[in-house]
Amino acid sequence: MGSAKNFALRLLLIAAVLVVWEVLVRLTGVPEYILPAPLRIFTAMYNGIKTNVYPEHFMVTLTETLLGFLVGTILAFILGTIVALSRKVEYFLYPFIVMFQAMPKVALAPLIIVWFGLGLTSKVINAALVAFFPLMVNTIVGLRSAEEDRINLMRSLAASRTQIFFMLQLPNALPYIFAGLEIAMIFALIGAIVAEFVGAEKGLGMLIQAMNFNMDVAGQFSILLILSLLGLCLNGIVTLARRRLLFWETVNTGEETANSSEKGGKA
Amino acid sequence: MNEMNSAARTARAGTSADRDVIAVDRLSLTYGAKDTGVLALSDISFSIANGEFISIVGPSGCGKSTLLKILAGLLPPTEGQATLNGTAIRGARRDIGVVFQTPVLFPWRTVLGNVLLPADVQKLDKEKMRKRAMDLIRLVGLEGFENRYPRELSGGMQQRVGIIRALIHDPAILLMDEPFGALDAMTRETMNVELQRIWMESGKTILFITHSTSEAVYLADRVIVMTARPGKIGDVFKVDLPRPRPLEVMNTEAFGAYVKRIRVALNADGGLD
Repeated sequence: MGSAKNFALRLLLIAAVLVVWEVLVRLTGVPEYILPAPLRIFTAMYNGIKTNVYPEHFMVTLTETLLGFLVGTILAFILGTIVALSRKVEYFLYPFIVMFQAMPKVALAPLIIVWFGLGLTSKVINAALVAFFPLMVNTIVGLRSAEEDRINLMRSLAASRTQIFFMLQLPNALPYIFAGLEIAMIFALIGAIVAEFVGAEKGLGMLIQAMNFNMDVAGQFSILLILSLLGLCLNGIVTLARRRLLFWETVNTGEETANSSEKGGKA
Repeated sequence: MNEMNSAARTARAGTSADRDVIAVDRLSLTYGAKDTGVLALSDISFSIANGEFISIVGPSGCGKSTLLKILAGLLPPTEGQATLNGTAIRGARRDIGVVFQTPVLFPWRTVLGNVLLPADVQKLDKEKMRKRAMDLIRLVGLEGFENRYPRELSGGMQQRVGIIRALIHDPAILLMDEPFGALDAMTRETMNVELQRIWMESGKTILFITHSTSEAVYLADRVIVMTARPGKIGDVFKVDLPRPRPLEVMNTEAFGAYVKRIRVALNADGGLD
């Protein structure tokens, strides 16, 4: 599939879609405030770059996303580990976990803005909250997924619980944890943007909102493009780290990542 | 009545009681509550002499794996006890090596890393163990593969790693739970020859569980037949075939006779499932 010819075809298809979009918009005369043509979007982007509006907002959103991701995933890993290792803790936390998991976390954004203000804190908290669950669920599932025979092997060697955790359960859970991290990264970006929609002074989400009021649809599209690129890069970083750490998944074989298809959590 | 039975069995099974590595004494195991639970093992007694190779055959569900778990210290018996070199087995201990039905290798460890797992867990001398691991890897013909990962190996190679991993910490006994059950017939025969060689070269005491009668006869000094529901010790057969046994021994009349007698003993007890 990944041949040079197919890659060229892929680029060609994208170009074709853009051309058809451009032609259709021109032929039908759809007003620009409904659907701008690609050329208009690129012009808007060019103007934005020239007037230097993006960098400041971009950095704000990036900071919110990364901090939210860090806070959310660290807490998720710790809590997930505790729950996975202790049936007692799980029993008592279970109702809370189920309730929070079923709730769309982004619906909390207005409250969080009220509690923590229009600044960075509220965005980080919202991003962390959204990023938290996919990783916690995957951490629990991953740590519990160690085969019984592997546990028995460790036990038969008189391994301590700590040894079983670090030598078996944790490496065994890594594919699940990385699948969780990949989702958490994108979710953190969603959390940050939604919080900016609700109330913010800076950020790409806030910028979209402002452009919406001014009916600058081409501008909004240019930010959507930036956001997709950002999401792609963030996801790429996690994927790269995964390849590095989970070297044994790709040793001399095809794409056998059965474990990685495990998904968890909802936004 | 039971007492007498088990005493008689112990006498029959234990050939050199003075150098017994394992002594199992009136062992019973009930799953669930004592009165209402399921009796999985009933009144098991036998002993294994130092350096002896014992096979246990029995139908599925006769409790052979349960017995092995008790001997490995993974499961406490309801009654009776098993002793290893004179001390009772209560919980996991470091002088036992277990080989499971599947190789149970850790995919994030290399072949060498997997072999060294028991040494890492028990914090044994690194340099010494590394050298020993390389010797064992050579013993099973895996030199050149020490830095490969398990998924790069065939099923037979993986199980060889599983076996030498159980030997690295120099355990007093090797417990093997149908280790070749998942392999194809050809590989299985090769592995039997290999295991005999490893046993002869290492001088280890081995308890080998299988449901293949010919595998049991080929490998063992004595074959213990277990019967099902509840798991009990049936007949014990001493196999007098010269060592090392080539695979062709399986075609001989003497071999066939052993297999037949054991099959009859199994069938008398309800047969193999």
